Amino acid sequence: MSAKRQKQANQADRGGRPLRQREPWLHIAKRPEMSKKRGSLLKGASILLAVAVGGLFMLALGYNPVTLYLTIITGALGNAESWRMTIRLMIPLVISSLAVCLAFKMRFWNIGAEGQIIMGAVFATYFALYHTDWPRPLLLAVMFIAGAVGGALWGLLPAFFKARFNTNETLFTLMLNYIALNVIVYFRDGPWKDPGSSGFPKIARFDKVVQLPKLAGIQAGWLIALILVVLVFVYLKYSKHGYEIKVVGASQATARYAGMNVRRIILRTMAISGALAGIAGMVQAAGSDMTLAESVAGGVGFTAIIVAWLSNLNPFGIALAAFFFSVLEKGSSVMRSSYNLSAEFAAVLQGIILFCVLGGEFFLRYRLVRRSAPRHQEAEAAEAKEEA
Amino acid sequence: MSKHIASRTKDQAAVNEAGALTGRPQAACGQGQAIAGQGLTKRFGSVLANDHIDFEVEYGEILALLGENGSGKTTLMNLLSGLYFPDAGQIFVDGRAVCISTPADAISLGIGMIHQHFKLVAAMTALENILLGPRTRRLSLTRQRQEIEQMCRTYGLTVALDKPVYEMSVSEKQTVEVVKVLYHGARILILDEPTAVLTPQETDSLFAILRRMKQQGCAIIIITHKLNEVLAISDRVMVLRRGRAEALLQTSQADLHSLTETMVGHAIDLKIHRPVYAAAKPETLLAVHELSVVRPDGSQALDQVSFELKTGEILGVAGVAGSGQKELSEALVSLTPCQSGRITYRGQVISGLLTTEIYKKGVSLAFVPEDRLGMGLVGDMGMPGNMLLKSYRDHRGFFIDRKPAEALSRQLKETLDISTPSLETPVRLLSGGNVQKVLLGREIESQPQVLITSYPVRGLDINASYTVYDLLNEQKMKGCGILYLGEDLDVLLELADRILVLCHGRVTGIVDARQVSKETVGLMMAGMPLKEELA
Repeated sequence: MSAKRQKQANQADRGGRPLRQREPWLHIAKRPEMSKKRGSLLKGASILLAVAVGGLFMLALGYNPVTLYLTIITGALGNAESWRMTIRLMIPLVISSLAVCLAFKMRFWNIGAEGQIIMGAVFATYFALYHTDWPRPLLLAVMFIAGAVGGALWGLLPAFFKARFNTNETLFTLMLNYIALNVIVYFRDGPWKDPGSSGFPKIARFDKVVQLPKLAGIQAGWLIALILVVLVFVYLKYSKHGYEIKVVGASQATARYAGMNVRRIILRTMAISGALAGIAGMVQAAGSDMTLAESVAGGVGFTAIIVAWLSNLNPFGIALAAFFFSVLEKGSSVMRSSYNLSAEFAAVLQGIILFCVLGGEFFLRYRLVRRSAPRHQEAEAAEAKEEA
Repeated sequence: MSKHIASRTKDQAAVNEAGALTGRPQAACGQGQAIAGQGLTKRFGSVLANDHIDFEVEYGEILALLGENGSGKTTLMNLLSGLYFPDAGQIFVDGRAVCISTPADAISLGIGMIHQHFKLVAAMTALENILLGPRTRRLSLTRQRQEIEQMCRTYGLTVALDKPVYEMSVSEKQTVEVVKVLYHGARILILDEPTAVLTPQETDSLFAILRRMKQQGCAIIIITHKLNEVLAISDRVMVLRRGRAEALLQTSQADLHSLTETMVGHAIDLKIHRPVYAAAKPETLLAVHELSVVRPDGSQALDQVSFELKTGEILGVAGVAGSGQKELSEALVSLTPCQSGRITYRGQVISGLLTTEIYKKGVSLAFVPEDRLGMGLVGDMGMPGNMLLKSYRDHRGFFIDRKPAEALSRQLKETLDISTPSLETPVRLLSGGNVQKVLLGREIESQPQVLITSYPVRGLDINASYTVYDLLNEQKMKGCGILYLGEDLDVLLELADRILVLCHGRVTGIVDARQVSKETVGLMMAGMPLKEELA
């Protein structure tokens, strides 16, 4: 049978849509387990690609990518002051990434760090506004604990329903974010409205007593974040709790089989996760904002999810990834103001970079296989032969 | 499935309709070569799942595809049914080179796949399930019903067309699947381990159907790892080992031993030992009294189950898949709550205790059905992490002590000859046999008095299976009572001392494995209670 007739026959079979005679041009294949070294090489390559694509975007808009990139770096790390600003951005990001990381280790998709940050800040703010007469160390300690408790309660809510009724934690935690945001609005417009703001709805600036002390020119939150990184690392790696979290995350059936109380582990872990986020809220309010503003979380709870994933849920990796993000954030705001660019320009640039870096993750596990050339030629040779 | 049929053409539908009108069977099966493969190769990462496989099947022929787990059987079938695309090689249908890049291509070429797990809509009737898919442009139920009935007569299939699928037995569902692929024009049928869910009697009737289809000129490929079935049904047999076709031979020229040898790669003694535990007086370890368990969906998993397990015996549990075996094993260690009934261990009531408390008494649930990595082990952890699973609470303090677990891992690696690149290699990367050894080793190490084993050799190759039998016998000779939930009746009859037969959650009888025949157990699995007392 000639190749042509064969093609026609195939066509008849398929009602006009010809049967593909060749392998698809590209197909996705699973990779063997990649070595750590190659994995980090790949990650490095995707960052380079991100920079290159971002550069193309700048070029397309008529800017010199080299100068813009330099502005980002010098803007974030150029002098002591910009360093301080970058670290300040980094503090809540690190702490809430740790919070998210704990829950994610258990495969509990806590999208609600944002809300937990806010509730931590709200709880701490109560003491900041109404108990300024207490001795300073006590007051700060109480605020710290209140922040943790507020976040923990907000985290326990979805955990309880998950453990009890197996509700979807993704939606649950996400919705709680908006409720938390409106809790601030309620306090701002109602009970906690600043009497001295002549009708403008805002919460009063914190008294000097309740502001976090400064260490090395930056608010003390950086020390808290650093300590928490180490604590969370040890907790996950060496404690029985950490072991339980990993087993529950791998398979709840295995955990039950091992005799673990899965419900209690879910509740406990989410309480800790929420508490960490709450601490981030307290640190942000009392260390950087010096008041409780609606923007106390400001999307940090969501960025934390990306940071946690980028770092492979490793606490030290989180510190690194959070630093990278903060540099990007701070640097692009400097770039924006010095070149009079729109906020969207920086957002698009960040988006491109994230897209490449996260997209690179795909290639850790899969690769694209091109139709192999020799096979292609073989098929054509065969066809030619048949034709003859 | 229906989506895949979407590309069916008008022309072909018309041809088939014309065929129906003239009373000709739909699947006009031809003669000569039906399907063939040349140099089929498929690679997954570093694993060569199929390595230059050549084969051919003719119309009117049954080819058995025999091989151990991981030998590449399913990969080969997935290449033929369009789920995978070969890295190299060519498939021929009716002697034409074809390229099957989607399941729709396979269906339009007349290749019908019957999967191990049926793809039927439970809420619909048989007829509705068969008609699913755009082959039916204008739905005229009476005409299509006639067509299907005509087709069933041709092949000698009996289907209650108006019965909803959820009321059907497994074997009825399978028949619906067969009718469905035939109705959609399949002339080449591929069955993936079709007998795994059937009783011996149901298997016989399936084979009768397959033989009739063969007479009608269909080409049939049947995947199995049961040697007896290969010898009973196939005309030719292809043996796969490590992705390579080791042999393609006439079934009439093969026997049990030659096939095993080809499959495993070396000669093997197929006899399972059954030592006798000679204790002065066997004690009752575990007594189960009228145990009932309800599944989460409200159906009755176990209904008034009673039995005793004594020291130094292996009590086999036989039954068609889903007869309550899983619930039985889990209820014994409180992983599933009991609805009513009582479980006692050496006279103490243990039903209602926490899982950990039951473990402490020496009852051990080893091996987990279907998915060992999903319940018995943590796939992402190495051996020490898995050793800790039940023992990490044993010492006090907040931190975990990994040293004993590491020592135990090293020791097990030595004694059980577990092959792993390093102790910390995630166990999911180990082969099935080694995974089972890790699990088995941990359980035996806790020196249990009662060992509950669910499908301990499922998915293992022959060598690993025999290692497991040996280890179980060793425990039995130490006086341990073993509950063995198995699926292969031949193994149960050779290994167990007594066999408890479950059917729909009820005990149809407990028989002496040394005296009972396979047929009797088969009838009991189908729900026929035992007449004469053999126990």
